[in-house]
Amino acid sequence: MSSISRREALGRLGAAGAALGGSALLAKLAWDRGGFDVSRLESERQVRDFQVKAAEAAPVMAIAKSSTDAADLTRKAVDALGGMKRFVSRGDVVAIKPNIGWDRMPVHAANTNPLVVAELVRLAFDAGAARVVVTDASCNEPNRCFQRSGIWRATHALGATVILPAAHRFRELRMKGDVLDLWPVYTPLVNADKVINAPVAKHHNLSKYTGAMKNWYGLLGGRRNRLHQNIDVSIADLATFMRPTLTVLDATRVLLRNGPQGGNIDDAKDLHQVIASLDQVAVDAYGSTLIGEKPASVKYLAMGEERGLGKASWEQVPRVEV
Amino acid sequence: MAQHSHPAAGAPELPSPIPWLGAPGRVAPLDRPPPPASKSGGCGSGSCGCASKVSASAASESVPTAAGGGGGGASASSPPAPKKAAPPSSFAKWWKKRFGPRKLPGSGIPARKVIRVLAKARVVSQAAFLGVFLWFLFATAFRGTFSAEAGKAIRLPLPVEAFLLADPFVAAMTFLSTHTVYRGLAWSLVILALTLLFGRVFCGWICPFGTLHHFFGWIFPSRYLKGNKRVEANKTKGWQRGKYYLMFGFLGAALAGSAVGGLLDPICVAVRAIGLGVVPALQYLGIRGATVAADSNVKAIQTASDGTQDFFAQTVWTANQAYFHQTWFIVFALIAILFMNRIIPRFWCRALCPLGSFLGVLSRFSIFGMEKDHAKCTDCNLCLVHCQGADSPQGGVKHRQDECFVCFNCEDACPEDVIKFKFLPNRKSEVVKPDLQRRTVLATTVAGAAAIPALRIANWPDRAYSEKVIRPPGSVEEREFLERCIRCAECMKVCPNNALHPAFFEAGLEGLWTPILVPRIGYCEFSCVLCGQVCPTGAIQKIDEKQKMGVGQKPISIGTAMYDQGRCLPWAMATPCIVCEEFCPTSPKAIWAENVEIPKRESKYEAGGEHAKMTTIKVQRPHVDPSLCIGCGACEKVCPIVDKPAVYVSNAGETRSKTNVILLENTSYS
Repeated sequence: MSSISRREALGRLGAAGAALGGSALLAKLAWDRGGFDVSRLESERQVRDFQVKAAEAAPVMAIAKSSTDAADLTRKAVDALGGMKRFVSRGDVVAIKPNIGWDRMPVHAANTNPLVVAELVRLAFDAGAARVVVTDASCNEPNRCFQRSGIWRATHALGATVILPAAHRFRELRMKGDVLDLWPVYTPLVNADKVINAPVAKHHNLSKYTGAMKNWYGLLGGRRNRLHQNIDVSIADLATFMRPTLTVLDATRVLLRNGPQGGNIDDAKDLHQVIASLDQVAVDAYGSTLIGEKPASVKYLAMGEERGLGKASWEQVPRVEV
Repeated sequence: MAQHSHPAAGAPELPSPIPWLGAPGRVAPLDRPPPPASKSGGCGSGSCGCASKVSASAASESVPTAAGGGGGGASASSPPAPKKAAPPSSFAKWWKKRFGPRKLPGSGIPARKVIRVLAKARVVSQAAFLGVFLWFLFATAFRGTFSAEAGKAIRLPLPVEAFLLADPFVAAMTFLSTHTVYRGLAWSLVILALTLLFGRVFCGWICPFGTLHHFFGWIFPSRYLKGNKRVEANKTKGWQRGKYYLMFGFLGAALAGSAVGGLLDPICVAVRAIGLGVVPALQYLGIRGATVAADSNVKAIQTASDGTQDFFAQTVWTANQAYFHQTWFIVFALIAILFMNRIIPRFWCRALCPLGSFLGVLSRFSIFGMEKDHAKCTDCNLCLVHCQGADSPQGGVKHRQDECFVCFNCEDACPEDVIKFKFLPNRKSEVVKPDLQRRTVLATTVAGAAAIPALRIANWPDRAYSEKVIRPPGSVEEREFLERCIRCAECMKVCPNNALHPAFFEAGLEGLWTPILVPRIGYCEFSCVLCGQVCPTGAIQKIDEKQKMGVGQKPISIGTAMYDQGRCLPWAMATPCIVCEEFCPTSPKAIWAENVEIPKRESKYEAGGEHAKMTTIKVQRPHVDPSLCIGCGACEKVCPIVDKPAVYVSNAGETRSKTNVILLENTSYS
């Protein structure tokens, strides 16, 4: 009987020791102690502020109603606030957020008028924007919404980057609002230098009216359906989080009933108005009157005013009509 | 031994090595020094190691020679004669080896160019058809376009169901069950004509599923499946009859009114397994990768990852992860059947494929076929090594035309030029009919036909019918639906909302993998009619938007929504909601909300008190108008009660049925 050499004995002991040591190290690194991690909510709200400094004497809201041409109205409204050059600097990435929520055609007035969006793209490029992104997180199937709303065709032709929502474009973010905290946020809208909100004024059965503030629903991914349980505070939270450079409300044709989808041509009516505004609340207050609603019965307007987002009594806002 | 005219004084013109046996096994004579290296060009490959060891005389003694083969030696490769200035470059060598004149191994007979080209053309054809198939499969999805006008009707630009339309087995089955040939299925005459001309060329040259098996047999062969074992595996087996009996069983079932044979039609299997299983699985991996990239918080990585995802979402899959109810079984079956290629090459094609056997029966009329000269065969079995169909190309037995895929591998491999494919062959050594027993054919046909009533007793369309069987919009009445639906999964693949899914046992055993709507996963998009567009057999009719949405007519309803008031937030929990109403696509909306003021208990005790305070709250309680509801399931999809929604759709009131009706006004027995 011969015993093994010292060298081999040491080698085997070393290998066993290394295996044990390696396992112990791995266990140390990967050890899960269990239990819950309590997320600590800081009280401060998150804000994505894209506003530009307001000029002293300029109006806050411009209502264009002197034409029946949507592009014309859009240009007039923006010009009345000092022109797009005031809002967009050379080399900016501009994100335009129309309402492309539904698989409806322009005649149904469930989405923003493509002519309004196209004119905004043109104005942004003329003001020197390096890139204009047009996007929304749709409710219906996005390909259908973007195509049938006419917005894809109209803006792509002008060189805008049209981004369709896809799972990988949402990243979780803490908004720290009253009801909205950790939600998947649509990145193309927050990763821009300037953001233009381009909603359409519509009837909505639960919130009574939908326009600029509610248009930020399109900022969220995930299961947005839960937002309805406290729709007014949700809308206020979103409008607090998102402060756009400019809001251009499309009221060239408004949906008066069966909102927010419509579906019947008779549900909508031509109004031929486009309103540009620096105040999200005031433009919605004015917009609600266009579909025959009283601003007082649209609860999120008062909440917005309370939070200092704007004025719910739109009559008091410095404005021009063109 | 006939004098094979080898070059007068040159280096040996040796035959190429036989792939599975290696270099010709000759021993270098001991009494001679090895020839100088410059003279050994004939071998063509430095790695075979034979050239330097074999002398010219040894070669001439041992090369078996076939009559008429002699002349070939005089071609470009007679190295000794001229004083070569420079040795050929490596590229020239490679070119000559790859594309230069070649001699058949063993005999040294020059290979016929046409066969070499045909064998390569077949590979190109297989790859091209598989490519087109996958392209069409990936394009079986609606991806919008910037160029279309808002009012343009949405249809797919490509005939993505083309392979199914050209499928004669599908045409035959649905012809037997419906006594009609539906629209594009007339294209199957093209494959039929091709089979009558050339035999089962579809299997060898076109079939994408066959190509997949061919490919897997080539790339993942078992290491035991070599040499003699491969020869054995490729001999014709008795169980190859099974596919014929299976096919007759399916045709019997079709006669009895069920297109259940689509379960095993190779195109249907390929669309179903790749479209519903493989592509979503790849997408899952891609999205996982994108999540990791997003978590990196490095802008460059995120941008690159977003771009990659966008590219794949526009080409291979779609923007959001596709899920398909119960597809694990479909994928397992695909993996199992691909795995069989390790043991028996093209097991699916030889043992199971009903389309292949259908074409096999027809190939008896083929005017193209094989002739072989058994007298000249040396039983080397090289043909069998490369045989795809296990159709007995070897010597001593008759060739089986019904099993042959006309891949030309045997003719390409034959060293003695024994095998020749030609038009109107003499058929002396050929069996054209499948080796079947008439009684068994009859018995399996009857068994297939008898299975249908047996299956339907369990799930009769008028009784005991699952409420989960919500058929796609435009579907014909259930009995006719089962006559037509071949379970090809085109509708499920194309559905932009991932709403259509293969049924497992919801529609009974017979309804396995027929399409059902699962609103919890996706709802039927209001103005979308793509499922009807891609349906090759008319189980879903080609309706247009006006018919579906009911412009100037009654809309097509696929079911009706019902409320579970015990789970509904405004009904049971004094909480505002009505997302269902928001998403209801009809105008006027089928879901309407009733304004009520109801008591609500606050969630905290009153200060110092024993009870929680009671308040009142205004909520809107949803209701369904059954005369307006189209059963699209948008309400069910968006209901915030995720697991078991408070509003759900069942197939009650579907337009296609005369019996599954709710309202008196819709009842018509006309």
